[in-house]
Amino acid sequence: MSIAVDRDRAFLASVRRIAEDVAALYADEVDRDARFPRETIDALREAGALSAFVPEHLGGGEVSLAALAHGCLELGRRCSSAAMVFAMHQIQVATIVRHLDAAPWFESYLRELASDQRLVASVTSEIGTGGDMGRSIAAVMPAQDGGLEFEKQAPTVSYGGHADDLFTTVRRSAGAEPGDQVLVLSRASETELQPAGSWDTIGMRGTCSPGFVVRARFGPEQVLAAPFSTVMHESIVPLSHILWSFVWLGIATEAFERGRSFVRAAARRKPGDPVPAAHSLSRVMSELSMLRAEVESALQEFILASEEPGRERLSTMASVLRFNNLKLAASEQAPRVCTGVLEVIGIAAYKNDSPFGVGRQLRDALSARLMVANERIHAVDAGLLLIAKEI
Amino acid sequence: MNDNVKVEIRRVLRDHARLPVDIDSIDEQADLFQAGMSSHASVNVMLALEDAFDLEFPDQMLKRSVFESVAGIAAAVNELQPEAA
Repeated sequence: MSIAVDRDRAFLASVRRIAEDVAALYADEVDRDARFPRETIDALREAGALSAFVPEHLGGGEVSLAALAHGCLELGRRCSSAAMVFAMHQIQVATIVRHLDAAPWFESYLRELASDQRLVASVTSEIGTGGDMGRSIAAVMPAQDGGLEFEKQAPTVSYGGHADDLFTTVRRSAGAEPGDQVLVLSRASETELQPAGSWDTIGMRGTCSPGFVVRARFGPEQVLAAPFSTVMHESIVPLSHILWSFVWLGIATEAFERGRSFVRAAARRKPGDPVPAAHSLSRVMSELSMLRAEVESALQEFILASEEPGRERLSTMASVLRFNNLKLAASEQAPRVCTGVLEVIGIAAYKNDSPFGVGRQLRDALSARLMVANERIHAVDAGLLLIAKEI
Repeated sequence: MNDNVKVEIRRVLRDHARLPVDIDSIDEQADLFQAGMSSHASVNVMLALEDAFDLEFPDQMLKRSVFESVAGIAAAVNELQPEAA
């Protein structure tokens, strides 16, 4: 067995254990109180999972992207909010790992992230940009002390109040075009978060994602050199869609398993008697298997494209369409599986206090179509479809 | 092994194995499939055993050798649920 396979296996075993022993225990409370899943994130910290994707020579676990994705699935089965926090953190870490280009400040930052198990949140959306991550209003400005600063009005910052560091998109300079963006990594100690809004939502309540006015002061070395448009196409967008989709697959899988437990319990009570719910369960299974196929194949395609020198394939229109379609398909399929399970189980699935309840899964899965609104993605795809020759 | 487990197994077999003969006339080592248990009936036996002992047979146990005799089933129940023994 190779070292890489062993590393992946050990990582997944420890994430699965945390999912079952910790995340599952607190999931209902996290959901009810809309509070941060601190027990689960702390357990992941203790296991070194926050630096799982950091290369070994920088102190990390150096697991594969596939292992990371399946870790999201395991957590997603037990606590969607903890899984989404984990996924979003890993998207930031993987973006730095893939684009740091041997920059000394970012290398030493990753070492620090690994030794302190720091949690990174992202600040990409901005009031006034209409949800377009590829445009910014806030800009890097010279600060009075000779360093740099920015101020950004963010409508949602997931776990912003619980993160150790923030990764923020801003315009390169005061005179830069809206699309001329860079990513800035600022520590909580360099950042001021002024709350602007609440987070009392129907699902994903534990991600604690209210709005903030974000102000940061930092040095020029904390600006990632790679142009944001490249980072966005090669990493942030596809990685987000893949890891989010694995969380949604985890949620849908849990709903399906609750349906399956229900049907099996009914079959056991009267062996040999027909179980009508088994037929609807079979239908839901085919919906789940389509979701699984879409999510797994997108992961494999991304891994293959990432291994090509230059990763140019990831910037083609075909690739943008591919990973946009993953997001559209998975975000609609996951709630479909959950509603399908409602019909398998019936009223026991509709009850919040039943072991067969899938209300939390359904509510959490409904967030999928709004995290980067599907209508916005359809608009992008519609434009690309007019010009792209190969899709 | 506790005889109660085997008594309960025989009760499940009586109710669900659809054997042409009385289960009590069958030795605990005897082959239940040869005695006339169909594979369809063995599925119901498995479901009823899961209900009776409140356990789940993992996929690797779902094979003919586990369900072919009272002794085989008792060994599997014992392995999954040592406290029942």
